[in-house]
Amino acid sequence: MSRRLRTGGRRIDRSRPVSFTFDGREMRGFAGDTVASALLANGQLLMGRSFKYHRPRSVVGSGPEEPNALVSIGEGARFEPNQRATVQPLWEGLVARSQNAWPSLDFDIGRVNDYGSKFLPAGFYYKTFIHPRPFWKHVFEPLIRRATGLGAAPTEADRDTYAHRYAYCDTLVVGGGIAGLVAARAAAAAGERVMLVERQELWGGRAPTDGATLDGQPAAEWVRDSVQALGAMENVTMLLRCEGSGVYDHGYVLCTESLTDHLAGKSGPRQRLWRVRAGRVVAATGAIERPLSFAGNDVPGVLLASALRDYVVDYGVSLGERTVIVTNNDDAYRTAKALLAAGLRVPAILDVREGMNSPLVNEVKGMGVRVHAGRGIARVHGDGRVTGVSVCAQSGDGTVLQEIRCDCVAMSGGWSPVVHLWSHCGGKLWWDEARAMFRPDADNPPTGADGKGFVSVIGAASGALSTAEVLTDVADTLGGPAPEVEDIAEGPIRQVWTMPEGAPHKLRAKMWLDYQNDVKVSDIRLAAQEGFESVEHAKRYTTLGMATDQGKLSNINGLAVLADRLDTTIPQVGTTTFRPPYTPVTIGTLAGEARGVAFQPLRRTPVHDWHENHGAHWEPVGQWRRPYCYPRPGESHADAVIREVRNTRERLGLLDASTLGKILVRGPDAGRFLDMLYTNMMSTLKPGRCRYGLMCDENGFLMDDGVVARIDDQTFLCHTTTGGAERIHVWMEDWLQCEWWDWKVHTLNLTEQFAQIAVVGPKARAVLEKLGGMDVSAETLPFMAWTDGTLGGFEARVFRISFSGELSYEIAVPAGQGRALWDALMEAGVEFGAMPYGTEALHVMRAEKGFIMIGDETDGTIIPQDLGLDWAISKKKEDFLGKRGQGRDAFRKPDRWKLVGLETIDGSILEDGAYAIADGTNENGQRRTEGRVTSTYYSPTLDRGIAMGLVARGPDRMGETLRFTQIGGEPVAARIVDPVFFDRDGEKQNV
Amino acid sequence: MLLLTCPNCGLAVEETELAPGGEAHLKRFGPDSTAEQFEEYMFLRDNAKGVHFERWRHAYGCGKWFLAARNTATLEVYGTYPARTTEPPQHIRDEIARRTGA
Repeated sequence: MSRRLRTGGRRIDRSRPVSFTFDGREMRGFAGDTVASALLANGQLLMGRSFKYHRPRSVVGSGPEEPNALVSIGEGARFEPNQRATVQPLWEGLVARSQNAWPSLDFDIGRVNDYGSKFLPAGFYYKTFIHPRPFWKHVFEPLIRRATGLGAAPTEADRDTYAHRYAYCDTLVVGGGIAGLVAARAAAAAGERVMLVERQELWGGRAPTDGATLDGQPAAEWVRDSVQALGAMENVTMLLRCEGSGVYDHGYVLCTESLTDHLAGKSGPRQRLWRVRAGRVVAATGAIERPLSFAGNDVPGVLLASALRDYVVDYGVSLGERTVIVTNNDDAYRTAKALLAAGLRVPAILDVREGMNSPLVNEVKGMGVRVHAGRGIARVHGDGRVTGVSVCAQSGDGTVLQEIRCDCVAMSGGWSPVVHLWSHCGGKLWWDEARAMFRPDADNPPTGADGKGFVSVIGAASGALSTAEVLTDVADTLGGPAPEVEDIAEGPIRQVWTMPEGAPHKLRAKMWLDYQNDVKVSDIRLAAQEGFESVEHAKRYTTLGMATDQGKLSNINGLAVLADRLDTTIPQVGTTTFRPPYTPVTIGTLAGEARGVAFQPLRRTPVHDWHENHGAHWEPVGQWRRPYCYPRPGESHADAVIREVRNTRERLGLLDASTLGKILVRGPDAGRFLDMLYTNMMSTLKPGRCRYGLMCDENGFLMDDGVVARIDDQTFLCHTTTGGAERIHVWMEDWLQCEWWDWKVHTLNLTEQFAQIAVVGPKARAVLEKLGGMDVSAETLPFMAWTDGTLGGFEARVFRISFSGELSYEIAVPAGQGRALWDALMEAGVEFGAMPYGTEALHVMRAEKGFIMIGDETDGTIIPQDLGLDWAISKKKEDFLGKRGQGRDAFRKPDRWKLVGLETIDGSILEDGAYAIADGTNENGQRRTEGRVTSTYYSPTLDRGIAMGLVARGPDRMGETLRFTQIGGEPVAARIVDPVFFDRDGEKQNV
Repeated sequence: MLLLTCPNCGLAVEETELAPGGEAHLKRFGPDSTAEQFEEYMFLRDNAKGVHFERWRHAYGCGKWFLAARNTATLEVYGTYPARTTEPPQHIRDEIARRTGA
């Protein structure tokens, strides 16, 4: 039974009780508790079920490395799954739930996976893909999906807010243990701007727990004085509950500060992401103890020796009354001292080493604890909790020498420095055989812009083991005085990767490496046997280290087992890649304020409010919102589109075309420049006239189109698609700045400076004449001409261009006049039946006319010749962007898919993207195709479905009938026709 | 996140202010080029592990393109220089030689 001890607990405040619930049960803890320590205090040892076998699990660690004790915290819009109970602070009213167990944590049906575990070894998942094939989809996948998983996904949007903050400093110290504190003081004393961040809510790290003495003071007092001294310095910023999450290029560091995760009253941002640019990063991130691999090392009650020490000393809780300690190093003896000091019993220490004679070992022996040299654990007894251990010789095959009754096992397999921040940006490691750890290789640091290392690792994170070593290491790295400490020599570690050495398979199959993902020693050996010899392959095959703890406990043990099985060395096997963040960061923190309406800018045209007030159904186009249609009360969108098309074709339609790109190109070489950019000749365009042009990339693929107006000898106004304005402007500037920098041309993106309104339909001229002030007659302003003047009192530029096939004027005015012009046109248009129309009516009308749309008929693999646009490609010009690309052999093949019109035999509407089915199958056994639909609509003008598509040799096959796919239905027959469905001679627009 | 100095502004700016533009100093091959030349221009890139000359645009600043000499393996920056050059300027080459010992 785990319980709260009567005394002790330096982190908890026994005068401040806190109530919370776990799986609906009321429980009590104290301020300063974590969820894990509070659960233990309430006798709740069982905290979760493993991912694959659903084995009962309790804490194995006491910090961010915890793989087992994952719980869901909060409710409703503050529900968050997969939180580590070991780092989640307790607050009044906290609601915690267990995960991955059904129907309950105590009785979990999924446990059958464990009893059948010999049929579910590493890689079984991949094998289910193959044998027998249909089983994957119908048997294995549904079963696996139900049986595995972590916490449930939240069902409500996150109610919390998150903040970002930028910071700049000379030195960022990550980790506020004694190493970090000394380092920060040294850097601050040198006058540097220093930032010091500590993941926990207390400064000092392990030193106060482990009872170190510095400068003659107990660690807790020394820490308090140091913090006070640092706090008094103006050049030092100190943050608690702030984790160094990731180190990136050139000293960029992300730190995650928790603001309300420890509070019952949640106001303000929940977390703050610090985006730090640091001159240098000092990682004082400590070390994490490693488990030992013995059979049953995952039974609740088996945990790291240091974690047990934390629970006893920091939180005043015990996991059991009788603890057997099993170790390969001296540090675990500190746990024995802590347990004895708390009045708990240590029936035995099993030390795999022989002939230990260090002061710490002798001290503990002197306290009356029996130390068994050269011994290890053959297996742990118990299921829901430890009931005893079988002792064996470490060098043997697991023959049981003795049984010891106990209810807790503390294990220590040595320490792994937390080198993540060093490694994130490329710092290399070296294997220290004597200490059995990977340490930062100071000769191969992550390098900054100057080519010099910008991360230093100090203290336990660099491999220093004792307090004295830690402080010497800091002084060597940063300079400055080191506090005086007593240097107690420790005995050497003995490398132990399986316990016992000669364990048979039966035992190896119960030795857990990765607790969360249920990866065992036997799985790693199987992976090696099946040929997954690279550590990166073995990791993916077995899922070792792929759980939410990212292998903080399991990786070194796993690769040591792999090295052993492959008869090679640990450094030869090497580690997998350390990637940020150090622990999971919630997406909300990374997003910060960039969510909802602030996710990206919303661009509004000058007429936006009118559209909004007149019921526009919006369509996002890039960052713009454009009206898709304007449905009337009781009218469907489809019906609204039909009405808008008919009204425009028969009377008068108004379109807000302000989003169209408008780029001014000016200079003596403007014509020459546009001749390079467009496929057709622009330099011959006369002032006052307009020309439709195509732009291709160097591959020859069509990327934008639009009407160019020549303003004067040196000035052109290039219209682009709505989505292309910025991209095309950048494209122009790229060529002008980087290739033709001696050409005298400049460009300006005027898109937002002008509102542009298309006045379309048989009554278009009448409404403009009613506004008055400008001669808009066919003689003065013919098709494809433009003019400046005053229209109804507005200074306007009027283009006689058409994307609908109707008589059409596009009127540009300064953006500030856009709304007034729209209102004036609507008012003047009443007698002519004016109605606004949206983008869908625009699409329908252009398709009726066979006009292509960038993004429908093009997809980045289409050259203009595919679309029958050869007429817009100059044969006179020696060069233009895309000319060489279009000249490639592949584009001259006769069987390229080319643009045609498509009419279904029965008048129905083809599906967008539908494929034309050809005879036979391809080399992959798939049905051959010979074309696809690129645009498809109901045409109100023709009262039938019309479509455009790309068909192999299409233009040569007019009148042929093809069959097009239909999702969930029989293929549909459609005839190849001319893509211009309506007014082929252009009589309507040219009046 | 890289920190590069825009030679037009003289400002050290974060990578998020910049837009990348791929390898620098490519020679454009137009209509009269052979298939091999065109392939080289369009598709074949050095993808160097080490010294690399590359194009960047100060997209959320002055809008100007510039070039950077950078080491893709160590993230060292040897220098940035205006886009209006057909080859790395002497002072950049000197800096690379000095730092790499080549």
